Amino acid sequence: MEKFYSCKGLVAPLDRANVDTDAIIPKQFLKSIKRSGFGPNLFDEWRYLDHGEPGMDSAQRKLNPEFILNLPRYRGAQILLARANFGCGSSREHAPWALQDYGFRVIIAPSFADIFFNNCFKIGLLPIVLDANNVDRLFREVLATEGYRLVVNLEEQSVTTPSGESFFFDIDPFRKHSLLNGLDEIGLTLQHADRIKAFEARHRAAQPWLFT
Amino acid sequence: MQTLYDKLWQSHVVHQESDKPDGMALVYIDRHLVHEVTSPQAFEGLKLAGRAPWRRDSILAVADHNVPTTGRSHGISDPVSRLQVETLDQNCEELDITEFKMNDLRQGIVHVIGPEQGATLPGMTVVCGDSHTSTHGAFACLAFGIGTSEVEHVLATQCLLIKKAKSMQVVVEGELGHGITAKDIALAIIGKIGTAGGTGYAIEFAGGTIRALSMEGRMTLCNMAIEAGARAGMIAVDNITIEYIKGRPFAPRGDQWENAVAYWRTLKSDPDAIFDRVVILDAAQIKPQVTWGTSPEMVTTVDGKVPDPSQITDVVKRHDMEHALEYMGLVPNMPITDICPDKIFIGSCTNSRIEDLRAAADVLKGKHIAANIKLALVVPGSGLVKHQAEQEGLDKIFREAGFEWREPGCSMCLAMNDDRLSSGERCASTSNRNFEGRQGPGGRTHLVSPAMAAAAAVAGHFVDVREIY
Ligand code: SF4
Repeated sequence: MEKFYSCKGLVAPLDRANVDTDAIIPKQFLKSIKRSGFGPNLFDEWRYLDHGEPGMDSAQRKLNPEFILNLPRYRGAQILLARANFGCGSSREHAPWALQDYGFRVIIAPSFADIFFNNCFKIGLLPIVLDANNVDRLFREVLATEGYRLVVNLEEQSVTTPSGESFFFDIDPFRKHSLLNGLDEIGLTLQHADRIKAFEARHRAAQPWLFT
Repeated sequence: MQTLYDKLWQSHVVHQESDKPDGMALVYIDRHLVHEVTSPQAFEGLKLAGRAPWRRDSILAVADHNVPTTGRSHGISDPVSRLQVETLDQNCEELDITEFKMNDLRQGIVHVIGPEQGATLPGMTVVCGDSHTSTHGAFACLAFGIGTSEVEHVLATQCLLIKKAKSMQVVVEGELGHGITAKDIALAIIGKIGTAGGTGYAIEFAGGTIRALSMEGRMTLCNMAIEAGARAGMIAVDNITIEYIKGRPFAPRGDQWENAVAYWRTLKSDPDAIFDRVVILDAAQIKPQVTWGTSPEMVTTVDGKVPDPSQITDVVKRHDMEHALEYMGLVPNMPITDICPDKIFIGSCTNSRIEDLRAAADVLKGKHIAANIKLALVVPGSGLVKHQAEQEGLDKIFREAGFEWREPGCSMCLAMNDDRLSSGERCASTSNRNFEGRQGPGGRTHLVSPAMAAAAAVAGHFVDVREIY
């Protein structure tokens, strides 16, 4: 997993609740057997005027001028400001892959769907939950101010606005540690191999039918 | 004083680092179901790291999302889909993993074949790189969807590092009305608590109405737990559970069967167990449900109307509703029964089991689809479901009614193969998601039960199934 460094990033506002994983990365792109290259198809159906299929040259496609990420002022955004229940729907990790590949490093929303939230941490994308009132305020400020940037400091668990106001966010200590150090979770778990084997032996003795 | 979820959780914790009850725990996984879409990158990661699967016999693989539902003998024509399915075949061959290949009679949707084979057993932890893994909770399993990094983690370690969820009990009591199914219960629950209502929770469905459901109905209900935001849904073991499992290929036999059953009978919440949240529904109040919007919570009853955004005070909600109505091509206050679908889809891991096909066939017997229906599809959940339905003559009823009888797979639930809606087309679908573009770009999905889908096919518009049969 990639290490997460604190960042000062341009913010793009996506003002819709319940943004689902089919919207984040439509299914035709899930046919890829690779982990990378999903960025050009992030929000494909909203972002382009034509219908996207794998293998198309996205540079040749007509952009939807009304879609928020296509506005020049949000180009290069690293922080996505979103609404409640972001990432609901499928378990496809392609959704966080696409967001990361596009250039996002942080998603801020009042709430996230469970599987999406979990998937983000696995790849070094940071989902931040702030309360709905603060998210509302950030939306107003972003829309009012071109070039609006937030400073996200994972070490201190804070999001700081250009006026210097800071919001604290919660994060599981283990997840924070993993992100800051870019840890290989599988490697960490395998350090417990003896424990897993011991558990397995007990489990097999109690429920042998699970091991046939 | 434990909930079913507590019991399942506790019996699988390998290790817990901190003493805090909300900390991460290393949890052992009994059954790992694998399909072609979310696994290639996990297998690749495993190989790149020079690792091997921890326990091959815990894995069951099948291709379902990409497979065509016609002309299978010619293989898969889309080269990108073909490569993905071939990649699964290769990975399974190389690593000696059990896989039901595309032309195997046992092939089907991953959440249909697990229970059908007895590969899903009570008391198990079951994972799959697919959010509808919650389906398997119908067997008193702790079953939930995972992302590809976690698929790799389970392959390599047989464990996952997860946090315990909060517990919610959804109690449904009373007798269901004629023509009302588990799908209607599921949609009614989502309509009540919202698509994020179950976020952070594991839901246990309980009450007399649930106990009266068949395993098929229970699977439909648990399948939709994820649409209520809950990663896992579950139901306690009873005789219905045990009867269903008996004699299935992967189920225990002989002495082991007796021991297993004795253990399985303990898999229920203690009477005095305390849940973090309890939601109660009266079965008698549940009517046939139809979604009108682009989220499963945008649902009403068949005798209802399309809602009016101007009546909504919450700005974000109003905005979402306007957006959804525009996408769906509907106007406020329009009766649901005035909505005319172009296509009918009976299938998906929610409603493609034998009982679902029987319910739809019951409505269709001796009738024909209306002239405005461009295409009506039945896609059985597995080759075995298809076979069983043919034994019962259901295929004939469907064909005579004007339906196409297809090969098993996910099909138009997510339209990764050729079965899809064109832009602007409207579908009465027995699947689980009505998101924008889910069944094809610009496609409009209305989620309903199999009987309601069949009734809409005959009438040419949504109709209260209770009135027609
Ligand atoms: S049938 Fe639909 S929801 Fe179920 S696994 Fe397939 S694509 Fe997913």
